[in-house]
Amino acid sequence: MTVALRPSACPACTAAPAAEAAAERDAPRDAQIFLSLPTIHCAACIARIERGLSEHPGVRAARVNLTRKRASVTAADDVSAAQLVAAVEAMGYEAHELDASSLRATETDRAGRDLLMRMAVAGFASMNVMLLSVSVWSGAEDATRDLFHWISAAIALPTIAFSGQPFFRNAWSALKAKRLNMDVPISLAILLAVVTSLWETALSGEHAYFDAAVALTFFLLAGRYLDHRTRAVARSAAEELTALEVPRAWRIGADGVEREVDVAELVEGDLIRVRPGARCPVDGEVVEGTSEMDRSLLTGETLPVFSGPGQPVSAGEINLSGPLVIRATAVGTDTSLHRLADLVAVAEAGRARYTSLADRAAKLYAPGVHILAALAFAGWYLATWDVRTALNIAAAVLIITCPCALGLAVPAVTTAASGRLFRQGMLIKHETALERLAEVDCVVFDKTGTLTEGDPRLVANDEFDADDLARAAALAEGSSHPLARAVLRAARDAGVAPAKIENVEEVPGYGIRGQIGGEEIRLGRAAWVDAETGASTETWLRVGRRDAVRFAFEDRLREGASDTVAALRGAGHRVLLISGDTERAVASLAARVGIDEWLAETRPEDKVARIEALTAEGAHVLMVGDGLNDTAALAAAHVSISPASALDAARAASDIVLLGRNLSPVAGSLDLARKATRRITENFRIATIYNIVAVPLAVAGLATPLVAALAMSTSSITVSLNALRLR
Amino acid sequence: MNILAYLIPISLVLGGVGLVGFIYTVRSNQYDDPEGDAERILSDEWDDHPKP
Repeated sequence: MTVALRPSACPACTAAPAAEAAAERDAPRDAQIFLSLPTIHCAACIARIERGLSEHPGVRAARVNLTRKRASVTAADDVSAAQLVAAVEAMGYEAHELDASSLRATETDRAGRDLLMRMAVAGFASMNVMLLSVSVWSGAEDATRDLFHWISAAIALPTIAFSGQPFFRNAWSALKAKRLNMDVPISLAILLAVVTSLWETALSGEHAYFDAAVALTFFLLAGRYLDHRTRAVARSAAEELTALEVPRAWRIGADGVEREVDVAELVEGDLIRVRPGARCPVDGEVVEGTSEMDRSLLTGETLPVFSGPGQPVSAGEINLSGPLVIRATAVGTDTSLHRLADLVAVAEAGRARYTSLADRAAKLYAPGVHILAALAFAGWYLATWDVRTALNIAAAVLIITCPCALGLAVPAVTTAASGRLFRQGMLIKHETALERLAEVDCVVFDKTGTLTEGDPRLVANDEFDADDLARAAALAEGSSHPLARAVLRAARDAGVAPAKIENVEEVPGYGIRGQIGGEEIRLGRAAWVDAETGASTETWLRVGRRDAVRFAFEDRLREGASDTVAALRGAGHRVLLISGDTERAVASLAARVGIDEWLAETRPEDKVARIEALTAEGAHVLMVGDGLNDTAALAAAHVSISPASALDAARAASDIVLLGRNLSPVAGSLDLARKATRRITENFRIATIYNIVAVPLAVAGLATPLVAALAMSTSSITVSLNALRLR
Repeated sequence: MNILAYLIPISLVLGGVGLVGFIYTVRSNQYDDPEGDAERILSDEWDDHPKP
């Protein structure tokens, strides 16, 4: 412990180190650590994790947030996130460190809070104004009615001024750009309602629409808030995924000392140490050391690639066996990883061209309403030569047609649908993703990491016997190479105990060697043990002078992969497999999951070309992929899904992120998306029917404030209830 | 009619108290974890004394 090494100013503390440790714990040197806890789900989980973390030495406070599935821990400076992750994992839960700095930005949701506040004020005002209005409707007359109208005005005016701001601002910016959006008729209706009501009140008229104006604001704000919340949850979860990759690197300084720095601080020419198991932070060239690199996320190759001095490595590759020193040749936005990620930005712009159902409805709706109101005004003015009556009627038309139901139709449905998908482990990132998902009729899968877990398993066959396995396991014990761990796991599953072995030594990039009874045995690459290189993922064991024995590995299918393919095909979708891996590997996997159409050894461009060809044939393609080689394809497809284990760039390119390990929610989500779109169109239909009934009433001058309030509430509630059928 | 002079201000004030209370809960982050709060009711962890 550091306490013993450091001379203390307090003699008692030297005598009692525990006292100093206690004193230190009270010192205000707190660090905030965030952990992601994807598997928690109930009160017992919260209590267990909070208790367990609080008991961890150095932790002052721990709070679990079940909605966001994360824990925030206040702890002394010397407590590392890795310790806490280990502690939580010991309790039996999955935990990952989150990058605190990228989370801070989303901690307080300002826009959401703002909307909630405006909604609360509008709700308060509408209840009070409604109370007063009910008295008027039930027969208050003369001075009493005028008094009630004035009080209503006193409540409604400041409320509208405060709560209506989001609509007024949107409408103004649309008008400035010479466009019409849904907010223009909304703003006009609210303003016209308030102005004519004030006028009527001043002339002690019978009808004032203050309640309608305020209730309208309230209902529409509720729609806006629902919409915002859906996206805020998705956005915060997406940012959480980004925060999962803590961007740090080990830089070797001029004095030869390694320091941990942020990846952002690296410059070209820096020497960087990449430890086994770590992801390469920059593009570079190996200066020192030999190892094997896992490129599967970048190219889809399942076989690790040898790398030694002089070999290029690119950002995103995972170092498997030996420590490497690399010289950075491209950092940050210049890396090949980032250049590919930039392709995504282009695709996002393309996505923006997709107009959502709500926009299409608004485009038809906004001009229609204005023309109708103008016609009503002109007609009544010509009929009565009375501006007051004509304006009242026009205002009533605008209020009653105001898209209360339309404003709720889409948000209510998408909130219900994405909430349900979130519970199944899917996260909708893009606002129109659900609508595009509903149109899918062709599904393209990537292989490595998508249909498979990207985690090799030893294939049991008669090429090796239990003795070989025991020896291989003995050698594998000291290594963290994924193939070595797979051997060890297979030995454990088969109940084979590792053999006794001496002088074990790992030769990074080649394999492991050791001695049994004076005979050298080796486990590793084919070339290193004088064997023929095969096509599948394999490693070789050589004992003394005897022939090498082959251990073949197979990537395990992701949970639910076969079921998903079967379900998709059952629902009449075309299913394809496109991979960058070798033909043999792809063919055998395609046969296993039951896909007839497959393409192997494709480069990223080939994948895009294939998807574009499918699109040209008129198919709406859903791409499911995780690698960097899929990024462009993900962006080119009509809609895309990537698992949470995917690389950052791939997750950014996709519309939907699959949070769990299991692939089966994919099939269900297509079905749900279709149902959601059906509900949205139903809601539009309800709104239209309501307008067909209500508009003639308004134009005929029969829309009293009471009728307006009833009609508006009925349509809004019907639409919301219809959306709830999805849950 | 005089009753209105009392009742209307009273209803407004009571509603206003509710509104102020709501704004306070929003500002003090009480809606950050609705699912967690719903589950926490089931735990008897801090029933006898508040969380320190």
